[in-house]
Amino acid sequence: MTEESAQERWRRLYDAAPLRSGEFATMSGIPLAPAYGADDAEYPGVYPYTRGVHASMYRTKLWTMRMFAGFGTATDTNARFREIIRSGGTGLSTAFDMPTLMGLDSDEPMSLGEVGRCGVAIDTLADVRDLFAGIDLANITTSMTINSPAAVMLAMFVAQAEESGVDRALLGGTLQNDILKEYQAQKEFVFPPRQSMRLVRDTITFTAGEMPKWNSISVSGYHIREAGSTAAEELAFTLANGFAYVELAVQGGLSVDEVAPRLSFFFNAHIDFFEEIAKYRAARRIWAKWMKDHYGARDERSWQLRFHTQTAGVSLTAQQPEINIARTAIEALAGVLGGTQSLHTNSMDEALALPSEKAARIALRTQQIIAHETNVTNVADPLGGSWFVESLTDEMEREAEALFAHISKMGEGSMLEGCVRGIEENWFQGRIADSAYELERSFNSGDRIVVGVNAFLEGNDDNELATLQITNEDERKQLARLDQVRHDRDDEQVKHALDRLRREAQDPDVNLMPALIDAAKTYATVGEMMSTLADVFGRYVEVPSL
Amino acid sequence: MSLRVLVAKVGLDGHDRGIKVVARLLRDAGMEVVYTGLFQTPESVASAAIQEDVNVVGLSMLSGAHMTLAPLVVEALRSRGSDIPVVLGGIVPPRDIEELRALGVAAVFGPGSGADEIVATITGIVSLPS
Repeated sequence: MTEESAQERWRRLYDAAPLRSGEFATMSGIPLAPAYGADDAEYPGVYPYTRGVHASMYRTKLWTMRMFAGFGTATDTNARFREIIRSGGTGLSTAFDMPTLMGLDSDEPMSLGEVGRCGVAIDTLADVRDLFAGIDLANITTSMTINSPAAVMLAMFVAQAEESGVDRALLGGTLQNDILKEYQAQKEFVFPPRQSMRLVRDTITFTAGEMPKWNSISVSGYHIREAGSTAAEELAFTLANGFAYVELAVQGGLSVDEVAPRLSFFFNAHIDFFEEIAKYRAARRIWAKWMKDHYGARDERSWQLRFHTQTAGVSLTAQQPEINIARTAIEALAGVLGGTQSLHTNSMDEALALPSEKAARIALRTQQIIAHETNVTNVADPLGGSWFVESLTDEMEREAEALFAHISKMGEGSMLEGCVRGIEENWFQGRIADSAYELERSFNSGDRIVVGVNAFLEGNDDNELATLQITNEDERKQLARLDQVRHDRDDEQVKHALDRLRREAQDPDVNLMPALIDAAKTYATVGEMMSTLADVFGRYVEVPSL
Repeated sequence: MSLRVLVAKVGLDGHDRGIKVVARLLRDAGMEVVYTGLFQTPESVASAAIQEDVNVVGLSMLSGAHMTLAPLVVEALRSRGSDIPVVLGGIVPPRDIEELRALGVAAVFGPGSGADEIVATITGIVSLPS
């Protein structure tokens, strides 16, 4: 028996896949194949998945239109969530405010002015309950964009679900939980790297055992790129972090095939159209090869890199903000042609403020135009086979491999150790800052044009957009709410739960999730749980460098 | 003598791309730049500015807390008897600029501000008689 070719295997998988209803033809009636390629080409749904993880791609299911939202109090954000669902959004993604991301309560002095500003303020289980009130969590998946306190937020989510009678095993969603890129790029950290990784390990092993529908980490290049990296650095650092989490889980006693299928990825869609598409294609190929050959994964799902995309916030301009709609549309199209599983499109006003409801709706409509009007969903990997795109994909892979070699060397053969040491030695941070500086110089010299910023300035003086205003009223409301919860709860129970958490944190072999869930149920605050852990783990201070 | 600038991140906002890029651009323009790192308080910024004897303090804020925190930095300096001017860059809606100026912020640089504009403005502010 001869071995099945990629083309034959793709065809077999495609024939077995359920399809959306409707005709797969051009607007003028020309019938379209589900994918195109030479007999000996790579095909979608077949290792190494350069052309997509599914044989039928968007013919079976469109990407999830997952809009990231959060501001003010949990009640405010709940209203925006409902608006997104009414407008046809198919997934939710929660943005938390700075105090929550840093593990601080709203009434901490450092939280002043930040409560509910750039995300929703969450202090206790009571807020989590308000956040998801009236939303059917069984039929809409939820992503929670939080990292340092990710284990605490997961505990609150589980506690809230169980209080409302939903078994934790039924919960579907994603925790960002990618602490490595926080030290490298986004800079929202609390504990030192190695102690943080213990919490990540605890969430991976806990969800592997008890929450089969949960994605434990969304390994995120988005923030690395937003912080200024090149596309190749975004690709390489993100996948290296992914390898590090796999090694961490294996150290924690899981097999590669128990952890890899539950990692998802999150990439930026910047404005250089073909480079972005090549980046996504290279990402899938690299992940598949490394999982299979380097880490010995046998389950095909371990080889398949699934990813979320967000258009590039940094590409948007405060000048002539309406033109950001065009930038976002082009970036979103790159994500779709690159085979993304879900997509957030930025709003035109994001260089000015948090999105207004109207701006957010236009951003969602942009996705709907791509999905339902352009017909790009009929053919998987439509740019595959282009000499240009294939060559750029190979180049991305080469650049990433060169960076992996360096990271692996820093870790003496371990990607986990290489990523941690690269952070401790400021290597990632320095590379990203260098790339950001080079790019900025090209804008300042005029070598690179940004419409409305260094060219085509007519219209810059037009009336400004109506933007969302977060008032101090939200901060006052949240403080009153927190006061009330502290007043109503049983402090003895809280103390008991926090004492147990402190005790268990001292033993690195104990999984902290059960203690965190029990603490959440006593209405212990995010800040109380995080500072209890900080008593044991210490706090991380980045050495300032320019 | 070259100008000395303290660039600072106040509060919980970890976005440090802008501050690092601007710091390097100011150095390219011949200024001496001091950076005290993330998560500073208004008080720690004021003390560092006075101790380092800088000509100007540059804040970078992208989380929306500028209306609360930028005036507190100005206040912290003035209460210590210092007249060091404070400038601000980041995501600042145009409607906030006038009020920030009234609260003592000497200049505001929104997204897309070029290196030449920032350098010229800072140089102009510092050369004003106080």
